Amino acid sequence: MKSAGRSWGRYPITHETVLSIRDRHAPLPRCDHPMLPLGNARSYGDSCLNDGGTLLSMRGLDHFISFDPATGILTCEAGVLFSEILDLTVPQGWFLPVTPGTRLVTIGGAIGNDVHGKNHHRAGSFGHHVLEFELVRSDGSRLTCSKEQHSDWFAATIGGLGLTGVITWASIQLRRIAGPWMSTESHRFDDLNGFFALSHSSDQDYEYTVSWIDCVARGKGLGRGLFSRGNHAPAYPDRRPAAPTRRLSMPLTPPVSLVNPVSLRAFNQLYYHRQRKRSVHATTHYAPFFYPLDGIAHWNRMYGPRGFLQYQCVVPPDSARETVAELIKIIASEGGGSFLAVLKQFGYLPSLGMLSFPRAGTTLALDFPNTGQGTFALLNRLDAVVDAAGGAVYPAKDARMSGERFRRYFPHWQTFSRFIDPALSSSFWRRVME
Amino acid sequence: MQRVLIIGATSAIAEATARLYASRGARLHLVARTAARLNVTMEDLRIRGAADVNSGSMDVNDIGSHEAVLEDAWTKLGGVDIVLIAHGTLPDQATCESSVDVALTEFSTNATSTIALLTLIANRMAVAGQGCIAVISSVAGDRGRASNYLYGSAKAAVSAFLSGLRQRLNKHGVDVVTVKPGFVDTPMTSQFKKGFLWAKPEDVANGIVRAIDKGKPVAYLPWFWLPIMTIIRSIPEFVFKRIQL
Repeated sequence: MKSAGRSWGRYPITHETVLSIRDRHAPLPRCDHPMLPLGNARSYGDSCLNDGGTLLSMRGLDHFISFDPATGILTCEAGVLFSEILDLTVPQGWFLPVTPGTRLVTIGGAIGNDVHGKNHHRAGSFGHHVLEFELVRSDGSRLTCSKEQHSDWFAATIGGLGLTGVITWASIQLRRIAGPWMSTESHRFDDLNGFFALSHSSDQDYEYTVSWIDCVARGKGLGRGLFSRGNHAPAYPDRRPAAPTRRLSMPLTPPVSLVNPVSLRAFNQLYYHRQRKRSVHATTHYAPFFYPLDGIAHWNRMYGPRGFLQYQCVVPPDSARETVAELIKIIASEGGGSFLAVLKQFGYLPSLGMLSFPRAGTTLALDFPNTGQGTFALLNRLDAVVDAAGGAVYPAKDARMSGERFRRYFPHWQTFSRFIDPALSSSFWRRVME
Repeated sequence: MQRVLIIGATSAIAEATARLYASRGARLHLVARTAARLNVTMEDLRIRGAADVNSGSMDVNDIGSHEAVLEDAWTKLGGVDIVLIAHGTLPDQATCESSVDVALTEFSTNATSTIALLTLIANRMAVAGQGCIAVISSVAGDRGRASNYLYGSAKAAVSAFLSGLRQRLNKHGVDVVTVKPGFVDTPMTSQFKKGFLWAKPEDVANGIVRAIDKGKPVAYLPWFWLPIMTIIRSIPEFVFKRIQL
């Protein structure tokens, strides 16, 4: 079936044939055009698109294969969503070892992008918790990959953007929890120094840390925001372990982006001052703590028909303070940026994948409504700063970085490219290899 | 603990429904043309919480095999509380117009086999004096349309049969639920271009379980197909024959 491809950022728009994969024992389909496995299409840019080719929709592979509540080892097909894993395992006392800011991603996609979360400083990225997976190649071979077995394929496929073959199932180690509740704190900070001080003092005692920053504030308030940190709470047997069920939805795409300089300024001001006290402590369910935006279906439509570009970079630890300040200055002076600009300190655990994005340093993520030339020019200015500092930009969120910069951000790309399956490709890969 | 028999268990809607019963800790018996295809599903249902999962093979058009397959299900489950009949095909209308054989085979798969199964199942449930029989019919059975009237007429037969069966079994304490899904995004409809009227199998499954829980006689899924089909049914035939649907 032909269909217009849409990634989460709704930019670019591509055209591909979609084939559903429903039997993990079957060989890959044969196709004249390049194919690309697709999970739940939560990547923002063109890494999950394949213009003119075929997308192999993996969501049909959504069966659990085994789960041992004694050890927390889960094996399931590649199209199972994180939300489905949580629904199964949280009542039995197990949580995802690493989770991004949405639970609507597949386990195959999480491996292909080596996703990270608020616990990167403690747990590393998702790849660190993958015990093994099966990789099916277009030549008919099936490799069971782990740190011990086919370790080169393991390293190529973690963060390998779906290009090394099709992951059919994976086995992961979950993390023990007492219940679904989180002990959380939110601290207001006045500037970037406040962020780095809070990060430094929190990394030891808090499993999860992340900050929202006001990307509109300039001058003295540059880099001000709210620092959120938390741990899994002990069991609260007196509370009913029910997730909040209220669900909002963006029913249609507005004709213009609702995110513009006026709404941005208003939102950021209000959000920063919403918290009256300097610190707030709370016990919350895991869902609003990890997945605030999953409560609003189709929130990406808010940016209008032209979509948006997400930008996430990481900059090295030694010069992080200066580099982040420079990036925020550029963004604030342009009046661009998003409601949710996120800053987080990564840990030092080296990622396992050849193309993994997470690495020691500070990561900044934010969305920009696509207003055309201006947006691309701004992102190129940010890239110049990141590049000069020796940082990197996250492919899962990218739709525009230059090939030259990609190759500097990911120096192992040549080793990686030897593992690409000749039948697979993506819009992203063709773009950065030009 | 609910004991659930599902016929046509490899269908996407049936599998999604089976998952909901599994998470309630039900005991399940799945029947499909090729039971081997159920192995992946059965393991999945056990992990999702099913107390027990068994399976059987049956070609629904082999009417003579029905009784043995049902007896096996009743034995393995120790009696049945809920039956879901979900098997079916989506015939190619053009082929049905040129081939009597294809037309009658498709009618048998989608109507005659279901009526045969229901006859046996109804007698078993009437003796038990409790439980629920749910059958996946279709909004297509509400009115024959040029684009798929073979399928529509088969589903119409099933819907009318269920309506009568519901009256008969009412006094025995057995509910009969006619499930009428609209467009559902499943392997059976993979060739169609999907628009805003299309529902996911999971949503339809939720509606089926709700309807069974409440003993609702007829469930349009999603709900908006009730007003749509009410309008389509009310169009006079002399107008209807001129429109393309």
